[in-house]
Amino acid sequence: MLTLTCPYCGISAEETELHPGGEAHLTRVGPGGSDEEFEDYLFARKNPKGVNFERWRHAYGCGKWFLAARCTATLQVFGTYKAQNAHPPAEIVEAIRQARPDWNPDWTTE
Amino acid sequence: MMTHVPPFRLPSGGRLIDRAFQVPFRFDGRHLRGLTGDTLASALLANGQMLMGRSFKYHRPRGPLASGAEEPNALFGLGQGGRFEPNQRATTTALANGMVMRSQNCWPSLDADVGSVNNWLAPFLPAGFYYKTFIHPRPFWKHVFEPIIRRSAGLGRAPTDPDPDRYEQAYGFADTVVVGGGIAGLTAARDAADKGGTVLVLEQTANWGGRTPTDHDGGQAAIDALLADLRGRDNVTLRRNTMATGLYDHGYLIAREALADHDPNAGLPRQRLWRIRAGHVITATGALERPLSFACNDVPGVMLASAARDFIADYGVAPGRRIVVVTNNDDAYRTALTALAAGLEVPAIIDARPQATGDLPDAARQAGITVLTGSAIAKVKGTRHVESVVICDQSGDGKPTQTIECDAVAMSGGWSPVVHLWSHCGGKLIWDDAQAMFRPDADRPPLGADGTGNVTVVGSANGDLRCAGDLERTEGATEPVWVMPAKAPYKLRAKMWLDFQNDVKVTDVELAAREGYASVEHTKRYTTLGMATDQGKLSNINGLAVLSGALNQPIQATGTTTFRPPYTPLTLATIAAEAKGDAFQPLRKTPMHDWHEKHGASWEPVGHWRRAYAYLRGTEDRHAAVHREIMAVRNGVGTLDASTLGKIIVKGPDAGRFMDMLYTNMMSTLAVGKCRYGLMCSENGFLMDDGVVARLSDDTWLCHTTTGGADRIHGHMEDWLQCEWWDWKVYTANVTEEYAQIAVAGPKARELLDRLPGSIDFSQDALPFMTWAEGDIAGIPARVFRISFSGELSYEIAVPASRGPELWEQLHNSGHDLNITPYGTEAMHIMRAEKGFIMIGDETDGTVIPQDLGLDWAISKKKADYIGKRAQRRSHMTDGNRWKLVGLESLDDNVLPDGAYAVDEGVNANGQRRVQGRVTSSYQSPTLGKPIAMGLVRHGPARMGQVLDFPMPSGEVMQARIVDPVFFDKEGGRLNG
Repeated sequence: MLTLTCPYCGISAEETELHPGGEAHLTRVGPGGSDEEFEDYLFARKNPKGVNFERWRHAYGCGKWFLAARCTATLQVFGTYKAQNAHPPAEIVEAIRQARPDWNPDWTTE
Repeated sequence: MMTHVPPFRLPSGGRLIDRAFQVPFRFDGRHLRGLTGDTLASALLANGQMLMGRSFKYHRPRGPLASGAEEPNALFGLGQGGRFEPNQRATTTALANGMVMRSQNCWPSLDADVGSVNNWLAPFLPAGFYYKTFIHPRPFWKHVFEPIIRRSAGLGRAPTDPDPDRYEQAYGFADTVVVGGGIAGLTAARDAADKGGTVLVLEQTANWGGRTPTDHDGGQAAIDALLADLRGRDNVTLRRNTMATGLYDHGYLIAREALADHDPNAGLPRQRLWRIRAGHVITATGALERPLSFACNDVPGVMLASAARDFIADYGVAPGRRIVVVTNNDDAYRTALTALAAGLEVPAIIDARPQATGDLPDAARQAGITVLTGSAIAKVKGTRHVESVVICDQSGDGKPTQTIECDAVAMSGGWSPVVHLWSHCGGKLIWDDAQAMFRPDADRPPLGADGTGNVTVVGSANGDLRCAGDLERTEGATEPVWVMPAKAPYKLRAKMWLDFQNDVKVTDVELAAREGYASVEHTKRYTTLGMATDQGKLSNINGLAVLSGALNQPIQATGTTTFRPPYTPLTLATIAAEAKGDAFQPLRKTPMHDWHEKHGASWEPVGHWRRAYAYLRGTEDRHAAVHREIMAVRNGVGTLDASTLGKIIVKGPDAGRFMDMLYTNMMSTLAVGKCRYGLMCSENGFLMDDGVVARLSDDTWLCHTTTGGADRIHGHMEDWLQCEWWDWKVYTANVTEEYAQIAVAGPKARELLDRLPGSIDFSQDALPFMTWAEGDIAGIPARVFRISFSGELSYEIAVPASRGPELWEQLHNSGHDLNITPYGTEAMHIMRAEKGFIMIGDETDGTVIPQDLGLDWAISKKKADYIGKRAQRRSHMTDGNRWKLVGLESLDDNVLPDGAYAVDEGVNANGQRRVQGRVTSSYQSPTLGKPIAMGLVRHGPARMGQVLDFPMPSGEVMQARIVDPVFFDKEGGRLNG
């Protein structure tokens, strides 16, 4: 059972206090999107063995959704951060690189 | 009172027993006596009762093999009535006054067990026998074989009465948790405590020290000194009788503390389940001795050398009078020396190694014990107890060299570290060739949240068998012996037990290998090796060594099976603890709950809420009450407790924009003071909730949700606000429990409300349908919504939760002459169905879109976007063949069963009858005096008047005509009245 620190209230919360919300950093596809784009947004998930970004809600706590960077194989937690980020912030990327030198972000920031 | 000394109790010794206190108990009806400090096993042995069980498959007679948690044979049914427990280990259960124990897996008795006929059939019952035999003829499995096998399967009987004892759970936190109170654990605890931080030490038994006090001169003193040190420290907690059963992610450790086992009058919970968060875990869980695989190694009287030593040294009990020791290591020599010192005979030590040198073998020889090196046991003679052993050369094929008479055999095949906790959470093992054991690989420990190892392992759990501190010593090397003798022929191998409880022999594992079960996990399941209640604590290493031999590969290539929690069984009562009965889950009660209770409410669970299904009067049944309530509402006035409906406030400068995304209809244009029925879809397009929205002010909307949906919908709103549109200025608040809400419905609703003093004008002009007003009613601040789910003139009145009962009483006190009637959820359901109103969960099931329900009018065409809009444009959602909502009218007077399917012509690819619709709601309508139903039917709205067939499980076919789903007051004159 994981422990994750809620970045809003600062509490180290046990998994029973949290509600999982699947993959983080999805880009919503609205009415303008094609069938393929919409299918990808709604159903296609990365499901990696290794570094993963995921959504959690501090459901039995402050109620806030937050994001976690975690290794799905070892359960190492690289960090948690607020949901109001389009991509993982620099310090999270740095923490992952420290632990996984071969890892590279699969997004680009302008 | 005369002192009774049982036949096998030694005249002296026994460090754990108190000879001053006798403990009477009953075993299979016999009255016996043990001593304070005895386990059930030692007490039975003292009374000469070596036969303690029957094996699972062959019903072979069995005695205790071990003295601890690894025991596979000595399992009993313990206690009586609700306190009865099956499969209790005699070796770990402390004897208590008046205990009643019963042998298992035998009939009519342990001594004369009819099932032992299986033993003679053993050559015909190899591994996989059931899979191979009971496959044909096919129908026999279900009707003949399975019922018979089920009756003979299972060990022990489940108790039939509720457990009267109390169990509890507790949370624990410590910087370091040490599992194991032997010398390695206590030393590690002291070192951890020196560094600061809190230290929690868990010991599975009632006694500290592990093997050290039994095995080493000065051992008890060393343990006592460590305990005195630890007890003097504020940062150390010591807990005995506490079994750490599982280690999970991020240092989550489960442990079971026995507080008052078999002592119901102690005033304590019987057991406590600890849920511990450990910063770091040190496993000092010791090692388990392995049996040796020689023919008939399961005859009662053959036991582990360490167990024989424990019974003599710890309990002053002789496992036999003449004990042969057989070993592949030095440690078992201790048993020979201990037995000799206790006045027992040791005719020989059979050592499989070519030579035995060193302190312990020398000491044995000096004591006059014959040591036969390079030797082996070819066979144990005796059926119900050991009579003699046949000796041979270890390197040979079992040719007898001599026979030695004896009544017990103490065997040692070396030691296996207890690596379970280490392995539960991902710690890896390495094969140590020199010591012939799997031990934890310090380079690959379980990892904590920070990615570093959060478990360390010390002492013999780490494969370090040298003891610790001043007691450290080295011994001669263990030589692996997996089959004894090395070239034993099939006849001998077929009598070598690996798994004693499940009756798995060397030849069974070899057969599995021959049949292609190369994976140890597959072999385990095919042979059932290690699948008994002892989970293979004694059998696994021997079994996979034999498998490796049969596959001709090194043991490390075979690997181990997966170690899974719990290490020893946990009772379900401990896992449930106080979460049962009323405390099973929280119960949500509306403010008017007590009134309902007093007025005959027949309750219905709705989520965690309790709602009145109907209010029973006199001898009325539910059906009659519902009928009466509906007629009262349709003809007069009724009240419904609607407090459970979700109430969520959405407020802020961007609230309108947000509301337009949440609902399929346009909510931003709703005028202040008005109400609008709205639909909410998931991003996948499916209808997930509905309810009336009221605009409270320029920037505030109040969303009503279904009773079950309140928390979920609030979470849904927050998800979108926090994670997608986080720059929108909107707040939400779930105020469901802030208000009591009462629906006042019926043609006389206005007349009733007008009688109460207050500031609200209930007239049609002032408060028309789908508007709301604020004011006070009978001195209570109230918000009144002119909305209707019953189809009647209806007002839903929300007041502060604490004022709800007062308003409810006022309404009822003022409406006697109007026949005011409280109505429940079933009356509500039927009345909404009469009106053709849909119900989330009846007409919807997660696969239904609003367009299926004829709710296109509630889907905005003007909005660029809403949650679910893109999804509803997909081809299968715009498909004209989707099933759509219609009414259904039975051709006879019977109510269609809810969920019944309407069949179509022909069959599908699976040969099943095609279907074209199904019933979603179905009731007997009191208003119309006939059955009514709603359903989803292919092209339904275009097929009015057509008749559908609904085959029943009985074979009979019900028929119904497709009609308009609105059965009552189509024009809506009543609710607009």
